[in-house]
Amino acid sequence: MMEGSLILRTAARFLMPLLLTFSIFMLLRGHDQPGGGFIAGLIAAMAFALYVFAFDVPTTRRILRVDPRGMLGWGLLIAALSGVISAMLGQPFFTSQWWPIQLPVLGELKLSTPLFFDIGVYLVVLGTVMTIVLTLAEAEE
Amino acid sequence: MMLAAVISGFLVGGVAPWVIRYLGDSRGSLALAALPALLFVYFASFVSSVAGGETARMVTPWAPGLDLMLSFYVDGLSLSFALLISGIGTFIVIYAGSYLHDHPQLGRFYIYLLGFMASMLGLVLADNIITLFVFWELTSLTSFLLIGFNHEQEKSRKLAVQAMLVTVAGGLAMLAGLIMMAVVTGTFELSEMMAEPDVLKAHAHYTIITILILVGAFSKSAQAPLHFWLPNAMEAPTPVSAYLHSSTMVKAGVYLMARMHPGLGGTDFWIITLSLFGGVTMFLGVFLAIQQTEIKKVLAYSTVMALGTLTMLIGIGTDGALIAASVFLLAHAFYKAALFLIAGIIDHEAGTKDITKMGGLRHSMPITAAAATVAGFSLAGIPPFFGFLAKEMLLEATLDADLLALVLTLLAVGAGALVVAVAGIVVIRPFYGAKVETPKKPHEAPMAMLVGPLVLGLFGIGFGLMPGLAERTLVGATAAAMAGEPVDVTLYLWHGFNLALLLSVIAVAAGIFLFLNWNRVRARLEGVKAFSESYGPEAGYWRGLDLLNWVAFWQTRILQNGYMRYYLITIVMTMVVLTLYAMVTRATPQLATTLTGVQIYELAIALIIVLAAVFLGWTHSRLAAVASLGIVGFGVALVYVLFSAPDLGITQVLVETLTVLLLVLVLFRLPEFLDLSSNAVRLRDLGIGLLVGGTMTLLLLMIGDVQYFEPISWYFVENSYPIAQGRNIVNVILVDFRALDTLGEIYVLALAGIGVYAMIKLRSEDQSKGGPR
Repeated sequence: MMEGSLILRTAARFLMPLLLTFSIFMLLRGHDQPGGGFIAGLIAAMAFALYVFAFDVPTTRRILRVDPRGMLGWGLLIAALSGVISAMLGQPFFTSQWWPIQLPVLGELKLSTPLFFDIGVYLVVLGTVMTIVLTLAEAEE
Repeated sequence: MMLAAVISGFLVGGVAPWVIRYLGDSRGSLALAALPALLFVYFASFVSSVAGGETARMVTPWAPGLDLMLSFYVDGLSLSFALLISGIGTFIVIYAGSYLHDHPQLGRFYIYLLGFMASMLGLVLADNIITLFVFWELTSLTSFLLIGFNHEQEKSRKLAVQAMLVTVAGGLAMLAGLIMMAVVTGTFELSEMMAEPDVLKAHAHYTIITILILVGAFSKSAQAPLHFWLPNAMEAPTPVSAYLHSSTMVKAGVYLMARMHPGLGGTDFWIITLSLFGGVTMFLGVFLAIQQTEIKKVLAYSTVMALGTLTMLIGIGTDGALIAASVFLLAHAFYKAALFLIAGIIDHEAGTKDITKMGGLRHSMPITAAAATVAGFSLAGIPPFFGFLAKEMLLEATLDADLLALVLTLLAVGAGALVVAVAGIVVIRPFYGAKVETPKKPHEAPMAMLVGPLVLGLFGIGFGLMPGLAERTLVGATAAAMAGEPVDVTLYLWHGFNLALLLSVIAVAAGIFLFLNWNRVRARLEGVKAFSESYGPEAGYWRGLDLLNWVAFWQTRILQNGYMRYYLITIVMTMVVLTLYAMVTRATPQLATTLTGVQIYELAIALIIVLAAVFLGWTHSRLAAVASLGIVGFGVALVYVLFSAPDLGITQVLVETLTVLLLVLVLFRLPEFLDLSSNAVRLRDLGIGLLVGGTMTLLLLMIGDVQYFEPISWYFVENSYPIAQGRNIVNVILVDFRALDTLGEIYVLALAGIGVYAMIKLRSEDQSKGGPR
């Protein structure tokens, strides 16, 4: 695929950290306000998809660092394991566990198994979309 | 604690590749062997209480609403199996580190192996039938991975699939049987079912239940005519064969029958079915064994014989038979695991599996030869080894059988003679006699590979010389678990001069004669071998598989025509017909027609959506079509936001954006925009579109009034914050209340991603090879 325009490339470079931060923000606030792993994963995927358009597949793969298919696997594993934790504590599978902690500056972080689960969802969504986008884009080249 | 012990194999298996990478093959495998060793110690801590007649039950709720418990039950039977699985597992793990030394995928091998061990432990300890079933299928899955470990070879893959298909199909039959048992007895716990033996036996569906359970057990434990997958599973690396075929995978079916014996056993139907299938399998297995020349195949067929023997003994079901089964179970695990490991040593150090190309190996590997001799004598049933005890009790059990005593005794004596010949073939022939040149210059195996056969050999002698040791620890409790009541057990090595001993002597003499004339016997049986290869049950399996493939191709050609529009038409028209049918027959159409309270901007959005949709059907520009599709999507997102579903709105917007991105990627590949549809086709599509839209509108108008079930949304609203500590109900439902559903959904999502990847990659590979598409 040919490279995008200068404007697109510059924009993508600046948008990338913004979108990724935003996606993490959406991921963490999801339990109380609109957001969550699915939405956050889509936002992150958007950031990388934009990068594919602005630059090319190898560059995107490089900044992604991990193979999206691996991300898929890790996401599923984390999501499944978050349900097993309660079983190890003698409670039914997927009973949520809570360990809220106070972070300086940022306030309270509700560390919990639903959060781990949501992180799993996030990785699966990001992994799936990026697998599809990168595969399609590579087929294009 | 028990749950942690059972699933520890999965968890440790998960980090096995890193352990191997950082500690190296030898030290890494020793470190991993600590897990089964610890498990062995843990299970051994139960021995004294279980031998005293106690049982233990540990329950972890899994999904209590569905009666689904992770409950584990420790009695003599499950404990014997757990000890064998963890104990032999220890040696297998150590052995594999040496056998597969420098194999690039040793780490992966341990994931499978430890996962298999965990599945097996779960299977034999499970009390809840669903737990049992899940672990049962996990053993099929993990053994599939182990048998197909050399997955680059087509034969390996095919035979791994064969093992899985046969055992999984049987497992499904078993599931049906288990569920029927649960319905009849009103409990999902095996220990409770077996406590009231008459409920099942007296029930009208007893025969069906028993048949279904037995199909599962027979397929797993390779009873004729489903025995063929077991020798084929020898494609696996030898440590796997030693593990799967001595004490674990293939014994799962035997375990199931033994476990069910108090509840289902003892009827004429049970006795005759099990005795006959078991007896025939026993004889057939060892009869096929002496026709083979590959050492692993000989051992595999003799395993079929052992499984038949156990099935037959459980079928006979007298106290003597159950005690014999308990003894045989242990004796077989000891000598068979040892012999498989020794076969692996020979292959590893001398470079051949063909028995006719071996001889005199005792000079170069004396320790292996000693271990082999001990195991071989136990296999042949020569005193004072544990195997002798097992064989004497087997013969006494068949002589005392209530039904079919003569037939079973004849089969047992015949099998006894043949098994002596098998012992000669796998031990005397390779290690004694004149030296034969082997592909590799043979030398003694490393300690890691010898420790298993040696220790198992010691057990074989130790239990043989001191049968009281076995009796007091495991045998009594195991037999009691099978019988469902305490059993009086006293084991002696020497039973005095009786009919069983006489038959045994005859069998040994005949066996020695057969062994000495092995070459001639084999030549005589060539015809039988050829016949069974082309008309045996395995040929039936391959033909069945071909038929299945043919049907699959046929129905794919019919259903999958490759045109997106026909798929869509099929899907939406099915929906329309079913919905309309339900509407007409089930409900009185009562339309909520009041349109008060509709805001002007809501109407505006609806109008925009409709206009965009109409334009979409009209336009001749692909880009315009994509854009107007986008408008429809964003309009819907706005509707979500207006009706206070911000999460849905955001998701919709994001999905729309991504869709546009994906469409742009694909857009380049599409041909020029062409007018392919004739006017008639367009009219048809318009009609279908209006029909679908109309049906949905009608449905939505009606749905407000029809209420079949109490809504449960108030529960989520009320409990979202108090129970789940979240104010965003949508998210709380997704990750907490309905997390299991979401888990299923993300698996589907992941599969879709991998599916797209596979399709595109395979296609571009085809193209680069100059394939048809």
